Amino acid sequence: MSNGITLSRLFGKSPFAALQAHMIVVLECAREVKPLIEALARGDEARVMEAKDRIFEREAEADRIKNELRLHLPKSLFMPVDRRDLLEVLHLQDTIANTAQDIAGLLIERQMRIPEFMHEPLIALTARCIDTCEHSASVIAELDELLAMGFRGREVDKVDAMLKELNDIEDETDELGVVLTRALFDHEDEMKPVSVMMWYRLIEWIGDLADYAEKVGDRLRLLIAK
Amino acid sequence: MEIITEYGFVFMVLAVIFGLYMTWGIGANDVANAMGTSVGSRAITVKQAILIAAVFEFAGAFIAGGNVTSTIRKGIVDPSGIAGQPEILVFGMLAALLAAGIWLMIASSRGWPVSTTHSIVGALIGFAIAGIGPDAVHWGKIGFILASWVISPALGGFLAYMLMMSIRKFILDTDSPFESARQWGPFYVFLLGFIISLVTLFKGLKHLKLELSVPLSFLTAVVFGLIIASIGWMLIRRVKVDPEADRDYHFASVEKIFVPMMIFSACSMAFAHGSNDVANGIGPLAAVVSVVKSGGEMAQQSALPLWILVLGGGGIVVGLATMGYRVMGTIGTRITQLTPTRGFSAELAAAATVVLASRTGLPVSTTHILVGAVIGVGLARGVGAIDLRVIGGIIVSWVVTLPAGGILAALIFFMLKGMFG
Repeated sequence: MSNGITLSRLFGKSPFAALQAHMIVVLECAREVKPLIEALARGDEARVMEAKDRIFEREAEADRIKNELRLHLPKSLFMPVDRRDLLEVLHLQDTIANTAQDIAGLLIERQMRIPEFMHEPLIALTARCIDTCEHSASVIAELDELLAMGFRGREVDKVDAMLKELNDIEDETDELGVVLTRALFDHEDEMKPVSVMMWYRLIEWIGDLADYAEKVGDRLRLLIAK
Repeated sequence: MEIITEYGFVFMVLAVIFGLYMTWGIGANDVANAMGTSVGSRAITVKQAILIAAVFEFAGAFIAGGNVTSTIRKGIVDPSGIAGQPEILVFGMLAALLAAGIWLMIASSRGWPVSTTHSIVGALIGFAIAGIGPDAVHWGKIGFILASWVISPALGGFLAYMLMMSIRKFILDTDSPFESARQWGPFYVFLLGFIISLVTLFKGLKHLKLELSVPLSFLTAVVFGLIIASIGWMLIRRVKVDPEADRDYHFASVEKIFVPMMIFSACSMAFAHGSNDVANGIGPLAAVVSVVKSGGEMAQQSALPLWILVLGGGGIVVGLATMGYRVMGTIGTRITQLTPTRGFSAELAAAATVVLASRTGLPVSTTHILVGAVIGVGLARGVGAIDLRVIGGIIVSWVVTLPAGGILAALIFFMLKGMFG
């Protein structure tokens, strides 16, 4: 039946569907950081562990999809986008999940207690960083439409506008991060030095969620421009 | 000459059996490719595809299959070197049919993307060289045929690219893609009906004793195009916007408009396939029948008997109904990347190219042209991932099929000659 399947052999697995599936899992992973920090602020141990488990589980799933996509991307595939750009977007998406996992790991392994003064600004920063991820995911969701349009025309304008918005939200997270860092600086003397160090690192990592989300968008721009 | 009179009936029966076997194989293997796209996009079910194929493969073979049949029958082998030995031609044609059939069976079981067209052409060349001599091959004609195997997929790809670009320009990249699709949809259906019927009608119906003048051909094509465009318009009108699906994929409703349009492209693919590929099975059969009926005359001036076209069309339909439907189902589930807009572009481009080749009398590979058309859509950056290894496989299958078919045909030729001669 060889002739019969010549046509079906012509099609590789769509890398875009896999990229989108990966991003959805990454987003589910990042989203859990907010309930994790909220539960930690409340001292709700059970909820903390629940959020942590979910983050670890989603991160593992993201890894699985990532590896599978990489395996199914032989060099003989002819794609409308550059293979390296595609793999780079995948890598950046995956870094978001890794970062979420690092955050959860550090918070729990060091049994960090969130000082009262940090509650509100920390949750605000986390929420906005997750917004950035949400936004980045909605840009990735436009890949089908971009493909239908051959990465040209109105759809590109639309995605450009979304990317601009993504950059704006990321800028906001930078500001929220600065606010939180200042507050931490003001309270440094009341805290153990190592804790202070760890909180600086954690604030940076939470900001990284938004950073990588923005980088996903920037890299997508290159992908479109080919 | 005595051999023909003595064994004439046996030769006829053998030719019919071998010819039916070939056309059955074509129906079992090839048709699935031609129509799998429409099945894959859920425009039609497998059952409907078989029905459409039954009608349009047959129509294609009957209405437009004459020219390629004539090429296979008398355009490749020049029998002037064996004057007075008509049985040589009969053995050769039988050998070519059987060799191509056997080679296809071997290739299919190994999973090689071999074309029926290439097999039969290779077999004919093999017989001509071995049985008559290298001069007995119309090398000029072979040159044209070989060139067409490269040019036709490229042309299919180019047309598909242009169609895809035009669909983007007129439909997708507009303020209201759904409304644009409703307006332009019938136009594309018209284009399909117009092109296919014009190419077919244009001095192409001699064997049906129907010769239309140039203006009349155009007029008929326009009328035919308008008729199917209005059927298309009625089907398109019934498509409703699906806000739920559009939220997920903004062009979901536009794609829904192209679903009924893919019924038409499926019909045209079946027609095109019938018009070109039926010849692979019935060309040699027609040659044998002509020699036997005329009592040894090799000039083959007699027209192609209609019953042979009917036989060929019937063989394809039986092949599809007995084996081909399974392949069609497999393809349907595997090529979901080909959405209706993309599938329509590819099928229309491929069908137009194949019909053009049929009209010119060039035996081409429908499958390869469709592959070319899909790559054309891909070049328009419209397919997520195309596995280019298939192209390598196709090229290898060319290089292997011509000598393999040829050597097999030569062997069988000497066998038949030994048995009857």
